[in-house]
Amino acid sequence: MAVVFERPKALLDVPTHYCPGCTHGVIHRLVAEVIDELGILDKTIGVAPVGCSVLAYDYFTCDMYEAAHGRAPAVATGIKRSVPDSVVFTYQGDGDLAAIGTAEIIHAAARGEKITTIFVNNAIYGMTGGQMAPTTLPGQVTETSPYGRDVNTAGHPIRVSEMISTLDGAVYVERVSVDSVPNIIKAKKAIKKAFEIQLKGLGFSFVEVLSICPTNWGLSPNESIKWLRDNMIPYYPLGVKKDATTGEVK
Amino acid sequence: MAEKVLMKGNEAIGEAAIQAGCQCFFGYPITPQTEVAAYMSRRMPKVGRVYLQAESEVAAINMVYGAAGTGVRVMTSSSSPGISLKAEGISYIAGAELPCVIINIVRGGPGLGGIQPAQSDYFQATKGGGHGDYKLVVFAPASVQEMVDLVQDAFDVADKYRTPVMVMGDGMLGQMMEPVEFKERPKKELPEKTWAANGLRGREKHNIINSLFLKPEELEDHNNKLQAKYKEIENNEVRYELYNCDEEMDLVIVAYGTLARICKNAIKMLKKEGINVGLIRPITLWPFPTEAFEKVMDKTKNGFISVEMSCGQMVEDVALSVNGRKPVHFYGRSGGMVPTPAEVANRIKGIVGGAK
Repeated sequence: MAVVFERPKALLDVPTHYCPGCTHGVIHRLVAEVIDELGILDKTIGVAPVGCSVLAYDYFTCDMYEAAHGRAPAVATGIKRSVPDSVVFTYQGDGDLAAIGTAEIIHAAARGEKITTIFVNNAIYGMTGGQMAPTTLPGQVTETSPYGRDVNTAGHPIRVSEMISTLDGAVYVERVSVDSVPNIIKAKKAIKKAFEIQLKGLGFSFVEVLSICPTNWGLSPNESIKWLRDNMIPYYPLGVKKDATTGEVK
Repeated sequence: MAEKVLMKGNEAIGEAAIQAGCQCFFGYPITPQTEVAAYMSRRMPKVGRVYLQAESEVAAINMVYGAAGTGVRVMTSSSSPGISLKAEGISYIAGAELPCVIINIVRGGPGLGGIQPAQSDYFQATKGGGHGDYKLVVFAPASVQEMVDLVQDAFDVADKYRTPVMVMGDGMLGQMMEPVEFKERPKKELPEKTWAANGLRGREKHNIINSLFLKPEELEDHNNKLQAKYKEIENNEVRYELYNCDEEMDLVIVAYGTLARICKNAIKMLKKEGINVGLIRPITLWPFPTEAFEKVMDKTKNGFISVEMSCGQMVEDVALSVNGRKPVHFYGRSGGMVPTPAEVANRIKGIVGGAK
């Protein structure tokens, strides 16, 4: 009998710690499938963040690092500069990348580091239990914005992809979502393209993935999908923000 | 014998690192160590290696973490406020057991402090700096030549024990010019870096560079492993110089770095006045050379004086080493004030009671 679906070689056969309904598992799988399809497992090195995906190093079969909070792009820079023929990716959440690690991501992009960043945006700090993130939407209730995010005091959410796309060192920037099968297929295409750009040595590639957090949003997985579509996609529009390989800038 | 060249301390650090096989340097400008980065930016590309100016000291030390994890020799350099920023990364590097060399050309603090030479980062370097139970091996050279030798040794010690090593000089040492010789060094037997995460490349199991141990039992085991390693370093790597310590002494100075050289001049001045003073010069600040004190304990009449360009930091380790057996005195200047030999001599005369 032909095998039509199996675990990617880039993922270990272990249970993950992610909450029921969480989309980290889907995104891990997309990254792993891309590593398999490109045949780069042997030279790929991943960098896990601090946040919900802190234990990603236990799930991928390639060599892995666990970085300090927000510092993954700097760690990835050190790796890639030391081993230029490796394929280096960071996997970071929105607290890690868009708050404490803002300097590191901006400068890795500006330098055109030949690395790939998978940025998982679920508009909340998940691991610490649902606090306001830099990506939390206006009015969104979290543990530390109990009356809803008030932009007058807590400021405005950051559209990271749009910001990164203004930097000359960033070659490819796309925002995708994993809320539906068609979008998951698009997300995989974007991740694959991002890795291919690194393999070609063109510069920095960045894929923002809109993701759900049923546990901390206080919604069922299905309600969470709906919330993402109704609230996140309007604020964080999907699509290619920049593709220097075609000259496309949105 | 290699040729002697006249070099500024900061530049000699860079050249020493290159000759020790340093593959990557990640820096950030800060006075008074900026010449290290400038030298590396000139030289590293010429020898086909990596120089990169980071966006911050925080990023620089995390680049070190990344590079060290792949198994290459890597260095960063900074000065006091910058080392504070690196403290987070240094803790992670120690936790993940990565070898690297960190240069600290110390200036006065706290806060932005000043840019003149100081030794006020002694506590930070030897007692932690970052969070958690870890130790840094800390070398304290007293001349440009010794800095060159110790930077090269630092890479070997780092690789041998999989641990970060700091070479700490004061601003004077970074800025002064002295003749140096880059000696031919015998190849050291060092353990293979089988732990390096540089891509599987046919290896079956992935390597993970990590300092996270969520289970208390595992973190305690990890800490015990680190402590055993630190014990081994304490047993093997202590370095110090004894100067003028052969006969009966009125007092023994404990001083390190360029200040130890000033103290030697004070000792010569006092000798002319009939006062015999010895010197313990710690070359490793951690592990602290406690054993040196045993060698002079019975020969010093008035005990010890810790002479520092700080407000009394090393004196605590001196007191621990002396353990109440003899008096421990202190003389310190701070803020970038460098004591003269005469000032040190006067303070000593105040203790031993003038000329004999």
